Amino acid sequence: MTTETPVLNSEQNRRARIERRKAVIMPTMAIIIALLVWEGLVRYHEVPHYIIPAPSLIAQTLVKDWSSLMSSMMFTVKLTMLSLLCAIAGGVLMGMIFALSRTVEMSFFPFAVILQVTPVVAIAPLILIYVHDTFTALLICAWIVAFFPILSNTVIGLRSADHNLRDLFKLYRATPLQRLRFLLAPSALPYFMAALKIAGGLALIGAVVAEFVAGTAGQNTGLASRILESSFRNEIPRMFAALFLVSVLGIVIFLATSWLSRLVLGRWHESEIRREA
Amino acid sequence: MRAAATTGSQPLIEIKNVYKQYGTGIVAVSDMSLSIEDGQFVSFLGPSGCGKSTALRMIAGLSEVSAGSITVNGHAPGSSSGPQDVAFVFQEPTLMPWASVFDNVYLPLRLGGMSRAQAAPRVEEVLAQVGLSKFAKAYPRELSGGMKMRVSIARAIVTKPRLLLMDEPFAALDEMTRFKLNNDVLRLWQEHGLTVIFVTHSVYESVYLSNRVVVMAARPGRVVDDIAIPGSYPRADNFRATREYTESCEIVSDALNQTLGNDDINH
Ligand SMILES: Nc1ncnc2c1ncn2[C@@H]1O[C@H](COP(=O)(O)OP(=O)(O)OP(=O)(O)O)[C@@H](O)[C@H]1O
Ligand SMILES: [Mg+2]
Repeated sequence: MTTETPVLNSEQNRRARIERRKAVIMPTMAIIIALLVWEGLVRYHEVPHYIIPAPSLIAQTLVKDWSSLMSSMMFTVKLTMLSLLCAIAGGVLMGMIFALSRTVEMSFFPFAVILQVTPVVAIAPLILIYVHDTFTALLICAWIVAFFPILSNTVIGLRSADHNLRDLFKLYRATPLQRLRFLLAPSALPYFMAALKIAGGLALIGAVVAEFVAGTAGQNTGLASRILESSFRNEIPRMFAALFLVSVLGIVIFLATSWLSRLVLGRWHESEIRREA
Repeated sequence: MRAAATTGSQPLIEIKNVYKQYGTGIVAVSDMSLSIEDGQFVSFLGPSGCGKSTALRMIAGLSEVSAGSITVNGHAPGSSSGPQDVAFVFQEPTLMPWASVFDNVYLPLRLGGMSRAQAAPRVEEVLAQVGLSKFAKAYPRELSGGMKMRVSIARAIVTKPRLLLMDEPFAALDEMTRFKLNNDVLRLWQEHGLTVIFVTHSVYESVYLSNRVVVMAARPGRVVDDIAIPGSYPRADNFRATREYTESCEIVSDALNQTLGNDDINH
């Protein structure tokens, strides 16, 4: 028995390790192959670079225009992160108020829904008219998109606490603050993390879409402006390079929020637990 | 109605003509009167839906009475006066999945404002009493059903309550685990000088545990019998084989059958 257990464990660990490596290797391989096929097809058919550039040319452009693309990317990152932070702050705060009072929720939830269902592309021009500072206007647009999932999930999460646990807190005469901290907030956490994963991606979409609508040009602008600009000048490889950076940003945001979710919920919540079969 | 075991001391719980009607119109408890002395182990026994849980929740102050009055140690349940001396064990373990076993047991003390360092010796003591010292750092999902129930019991006794209310705590467990936990509860009851109200569906469990069985009937929920159970504590290993035990079981079963006989859904 004592000699057998470690053997079983090491076998299990080995399989888990292989499984983990596969999860990285397989998608990487698939992407490399897809790029090679793309490169090959473009070269073989001699597709002109202003129609579809080869990956190698996009990479070259990326290097050549690195400094301008980088400063644009930093702008987009800043816009996305700020709007996400504002969405978290606003969504959680309002979610808590809604969860505390049905009356407030009934009165104000329709506004949140209106904001959510109206396409940001349609609201953005208005906001750009009323708000003079362009960055603030862009921030508001991106915030509108990211805000709703955080709000609605926080409300549901705060209400999802187990009713027997609620009774227990009542029995021990917990103060409202203790109830929030030790019961409601942890109960809401899985819902919040799910919302964060969605809102992270939405904040980026909001940031890019808003910038498209604003159509701003010049130094202090984001990746969307680079894409627009390249399209006007017919610099298709540069367009692809900017697009590539937007995708990378989206992927990084997704990975970061997923990692955070696993970090926070990994030990206890069903959605993040790796079951041992 | 048979006379219940009385020790002549001042009753800890006084229930007088209590009614409970839910918003749906269902009368869950009708004209319930009962007094329970300090130190008793009382079981509430009855068919499903006869208001056992409702009665227990009203005693805990988790549910309001529609009419009548309840006092626990002279106070209305749930009132902010008086020490926190009531504990409740639910049918499910009702642990916080995000907190370790230690933190789950520490919760009542934490809510009472005690620091972790202050509480640690007490938490470790009760974990030892339920045989879970080694699992202080484990999370609820890493425990078996019986172990979770033990954590739930540890959490209930950590505040040294005077009154322990248990609502079918072992209904979901297998018989072996249940017998073991029955003995654990009896031991804790004796060691701590608790008063216990134990809700159960099982005639055998109620007779084994208690010195008094309150039999209830449904539609409307009411007390129909109040039976004193003889027998000494701690229960002997062969207690379940004694005549005393089997006779008590018969008496309680008869009382329960009569309530079922009156029930229109029973054929
Ligand atoms: N929150 C509630 N709202 C409305 N009716 C309720 C509520 N809780 C219980 N009831 C009703 O009150 C009656 C008594 O319920 P209670 O839960 O006290 O029964 P019980 O004896 O504990 O039953 P069981 O043994 O099945 O747990 C039932 O008819 C039930 O439908
Ligand atoms: Mg019940």
